[in-house]
Amino acid sequence: MTIDPAKEPVIARESALAPSRSAVDALLREILRDVLVLDAELVGGFSGETGLFGHLPELDSMAVASLFTEMEDRLDIIIEDDDVDGEMLETYGGLLAFAEAKVVTAPAGGDNSI
Amino acid sequence: MALVFDQGREPRLLVLPALFGEANQTRRQIAEAMRRLDLSGVDSFLPDLPGCNESRQPLEMQTLEGWRTAAQVAAAHFGATHVLAIRAGCLLAPPTLPGWRYAPTTGAKALRGLLRARTIAAREAGTAETIEGLSVIARAQGLELAGWSIGAGMFSELEQAVANADSQQAVIEQNDIGGAGLWLRAEPGYDPEQADMLAALVAMGMLEP
Repeated sequence: MTIDPAKEPVIARESALAPSRSAVDALLREILRDVLVLDAELVGGFSGETGLFGHLPELDSMAVASLFTEMEDRLDIIIEDDDVDGEMLETYGGLLAFAEAKVVTAPAGGDNSI
Repeated sequence: MALVFDQGREPRLLVLPALFGEANQTRRQIAEAMRRLDLSGVDSFLPDLPGCNESRQPLEMQTLEGWRTAAQVAAAHFGATHVLAIRAGCLLAPPTLPGWRYAPTTGAKALRGLLRARTIAAREAGTAETIEGLSVIARAQGLELAGWSIGAGMFSELEQAVANADSQQAVIEQNDIGGAGLWLRAEPGYDPEQADMLAALVAMGMLEP
């Protein structure tokens, strides 16, 4: 699947509908690009099998913390301590599957106010 | 101590930094934006919060209320006409001062980032810590998070802290600036285009007739 990461999709927070899979995919690539300061083309070329933790030198433990914080913020989800395991960070596909599952189960109209 | 561009000009901007780690990651960027404002004819002031940078007070003794008071005192001291607050620094902005809140965030979110950094580091070291477990300890006795000593009072205040809804400040979102926020980066960075845009937005608001 190719997504142009230059396009910046925005989840309609007002909508009770969960964002589509492609919207989650595009947002997740955007977050990885922003947090790890990676080239948009590189992130756009990630496949499901692309290795993340242990493969990208940029993704150290501090970056993981930033990554989760941004995922919570932009995808309007909560990542619990128990959610974090090796599998979810091993590949891009694993992280995307995790994010999709979280977005689907997140309560509609979650509090994202500031 | 404060980073100051002061030529006694009329438009005078109090800058309130992001908090904790984000303060370090954004400091150069903010200083560069202040330099641009100086060239545009705006005086600006970035004070050290008590317990931070060159302040000699211990960080663990500080409270959010104390920082809010310090922001008020700094506004009066420098004769600020406007305020630019960044990220969780927006929680400190004197509500009656006009200006901007740049990418504001809540105290709870600021703490969550620090708590998560600690739990992930602990996991790598083979010890089990949870965000909830650490929060219980922090509320009772304070806690060191990612190198920042946060007292029990500060922690509890931050958990509840949201920006004042009645404030006189407009919100600048990161989308208005373009690119990714500098606070996301692992190392302190600098983005000249973002600094240009931030300074331009603020200068336009302060210099309009």
